Amino acid sequence: MSISQAIVDKPPPLARGWPRARIVGYALVGVWILFGLGIVAYLIYAWNPEFFARYAPAYLQGLGTTLSLVSISMVLGAIFSLPVAYGRMSRNRILSGLAYCYVYFFRGTPLLVQTYLVYYGVGSFRPQLESVGLWWFFREAFYCGVFAFSLNTAAYQAEILRGAIESVPRGQWEGAASLGLHRLQTLRKIILPQAIIVALRPYGNELILMIKASAIVAIITVYDLMGNAKLAYAKSFDIQAYIWVAIVYLVMVEILRHGVEWIERRITVHLHR
Amino acid sequence: MPAQSIWTLLSWGPDGWSDDIASGVLVTVLLALATLPIGLVIGFFVAFAKQHEEPSLRLAANIYTTVFRGLPELVTLFLFFFGMPLLLQYVVRLFNPDATIDVNSFIAGMIVLSLIFSSYASEVFLSAFRAIPKGQYEGGYAVGLAKWQTMRLIILPQLIRIAFPGLENCWLSLLKDTSLVSVVNLAETLRQSGVAARVTKHAFLFYSVAALIFLALAILSSIASGYILRHLGRRAAR
Repeated sequence: MSISQAIVDKPPPLARGWPRARIVGYALVGVWILFGLGIVAYLIYAWNPEFFARYAPAYLQGLGTTLSLVSISMVLGAIFSLPVAYGRMSRNRILSGLAYCYVYFFRGTPLLVQTYLVYYGVGSFRPQLESVGLWWFFREAFYCGVFAFSLNTAAYQAEILRGAIESVPRGQWEGAASLGLHRLQTLRKIILPQAIIVALRPYGNELILMIKASAIVAIITVYDLMGNAKLAYAKSFDIQAYIWVAIVYLVMVEILRHGVEWIERRITVHLHR
Repeated sequence: MPAQSIWTLLSWGPDGWSDDIASGVLVTVLLALATLPIGLVIGFFVAFAKQHEEPSLRLAANIYTTVFRGLPELVTLFLFFFGMPLLLQYVVRLFNPDATIDVNSFIAGMIVLSLIFSSYASEVFLSAFRAIPKGQYEGGYAVGLAKWQTMRLIILPQLIRIAFPGLENCWLSLLKDTSLVSVVNLAETLRQSGVAARVTKHAFLFYSVAALIFLALAILSSIASGYILRHLGRRAAR
């Protein structure tokens, strides 16, 4: 990247006056500014201390639910992605076939369908679940959400992990083996430090996707951030219920995105010249 | 013990649910196909603006993608589905005081999915734009083509070929995102399966059917895109 930066030409000076692109650009930026001002004006106009006092604590609680749902699912998914990634990279036909089917299923079907399948589908086997003592788990919408989300993100994370590990050249394994390092040592000391650089951005994207996707647990009656917004809207018929929640999600996603970019800049310092 | 066997439930006709689910599949496919051209066109123009030398165009395009990639799909959908009628009603009431506006969930879904699809597609188009060397533009101008002619005749054909694999991914997530429109009562695959599940109490069966349908649509898309990619590749070779 640094080489290409070195030979890039100096950009040409900007055209003076008012070329068509500039008029269109200013007009579009103006539309955005108007749009933003419109929303701010609406929120001020519709400012309702009662609404705020009533629902702000619920939103905060919902934010907690969302964050815990996402973090639990991400961690469980990361753990479960290890065997799946191992299966995907395995030379054993059966093992890699199974892992491939798993990944294909969870990446090929909508998360909403998977969530319904767990919450309503598995929930319809109540007598059998009660007899094995698992009903307490599948009765709670939150646990069902965590279950579905963990399985889903495990499929995506397995692919991220596989891609990152396979992006490290074979020679690195061979060099480590010639130094007498054990396979696990090689993985930990040679391969993973290089793979993490490749994997960081996809992992960050997956985290953002999970936060965005977590809004769908509101449909299976979990009171996360979106669930509380739905409730607030159903009670008050006030569209600001959704505007506030949109702002919160947008801020969350932007913080994460910039955070990931910052970390990426930090851990690739040795690659820049 | 259920009164009907699952084969009756899955049959075509008054006792079975296959015909209802099939109509849902039709709606899913129509929604995705209706969204695709709008999303592609918007996505192309957003990417075009993002790589333009004019800073204000870049800024406007970047705000667009930041907003629609940052908002959860469901929140965007609800904002439009519930917010659009309010806004339209406000505008229409200025002219016609007793008009009421209802937003069709198909149209609302189409608009929202186009916004989301186009913001993801614009990233794909943008990296394709960057993969085309500057000499291609300069060559176009050198043989006397106008700007838009260069774009249409020289850049666009290469752009499509480079962007195709990325756009295929966007299409697959569009197909999956159509399921979200079921929550605003559009009778698509998931909604119809859900109705069947509630009526018959065979939730696992019908949601599995829905999952398999989405899987089948994904596989069909892969086959079709493989065919298109071969076609594009053959044109490139000549």
